Amino acid sequence: MTEKPTTAKEMAQVETIIGRILQIGVIVSAIIMAVGLVLFLVTGQSGYPGSTVPTSMQTILTGVIQFRPYAIMMLGVYCLILTPVLRVIVSIYAFYREKDRLYVTITTAVLLILIVALVIGVYGK
Amino acid sequence: MVQTALIMLGVGLFAGIAGAILGIGGGMIITPILTLGMGLSIKYAIGASIIAVIATSSGSTIAYLRDNVLNLRVAMFLEIATTIGAIIGALMTGILDPKYLYLLFGCLLVFSAWNMVRKLRRGQEVLKRVTPDRIAAKLKLNGSYFDKAELRDVDYQVENVPAGFAVMFGAGVASGLLGIGSGAFKVMAMDTFMKMPLKPSSSTSNLMMGVTAAASATVYFFNGSILPGIAVPMALGILVGAVIGSRIMQVLPARWIRIVFIPVLLYIGLQMVFKGLGVQLFS
Repeated sequence: MTEKPTTAKEMAQVETIIGRILQIGVIVSAIIMAVGLVLFLVTGQSGYPGSTVPTSMQTILTGVIQFRPYAIMMLGVYCLILTPVLRVIVSIYAFYREKDRLYVTITTAVLLILIVALVIGVYGK
Repeated sequence: MVQTALIMLGVGLFAGIAGAILGIGGGMIITPILTLGMGLSIKYAIGASIIAVIATSSGSTIAYLRDNVLNLRVAMFLEIATTIGAIIGALMTGILDPKYLYLLFGCLLVFSAWNMVRKLRRGQEVLKRVTPDRIAAKLKLNGSYFDKAELRDVDYQVENVPAGFAVMFGAGVASGLLGIGSGAFKVMAMDTFMKMPLKPSSSTSNLMMGVTAAASATVYFFNGSILPGIAVPMALGILVGAVIGSRIMQVLPARWIRIVFIPVLLYIGLQMVFKGLGVQLFS
């Protein structure tokens, strides 16, 4: 086999993989958010006093176990925030399968920059 | 409470459709509704807006990927510029007077709107050259997409990669510094500078915005800017709206999308110029 240029078919395969995984991520976060929202509307309570919102991972997870609407909703939002990151990670794998080393490097660089941004974001302010 | 949820669902639906078609985040639609319409403080509006950007991006990308509209390589390559820009922008907060940025970017947007008018009048959507751009060829950025309005595959070339990269870097700085999704700049970088057709520009901008927004979204998530009662029904509405919008966009002729886009660009551009000059005209 000689080196061959990327065909449209291969690119379409890469896009199918990314699309499928992204779809799963979006549907999962939508379901979690919807469950939380329905629970919030039916019970009429957020599960937290006044206008407080659980904002640390710990309080959210314990809240989810205790079935508190706001905790479930926040978990859904968090999953939604992670979907673009998931997309970048899957892209690296997809380009790797396609043996496109240039774009494995480029996409990995994007992921690293994103991680740096996350770290600066969480600890920097 | 039910009423608020329903309103937010509706607002989200609308923002999702518009955002997916134009390739801009829902921010410029969501923020005025939340602050002016519902009296929410700007802190929560920004939190909701960043979630809106991600929801629009992820919701529409599913359809655009399946239908082969967006350009994954262009997105990944330019994301290097936007993410680095976003970090630098975030670090510059407090050092640089945003006034100058508003002025600079406002003027750029107005310029881009004018450029789009020219493209509209010329009626030429796709760039075809005898000698392809060297950098674009090396990075395999040239692509093709299936246009559902014209019912055919459209091959296109990309040029001025360094200029597009520089504008994307600026878009990143602006989004980090000013807290905006900067989708309008992303479309501008691809459409005006790199000469990509509007449909792949818009859908690729949608894809990129989610990644840029994800970094700052985490910050807003943990500092309590996200109100679940507002953000969740809105995000659900947007996800549905973005799926609908991404289907509508593909069957719309590129000309029509431009006709909608030009006043939107002018509006954002002039608003930024006035903000830079310290005049509060609208919103």
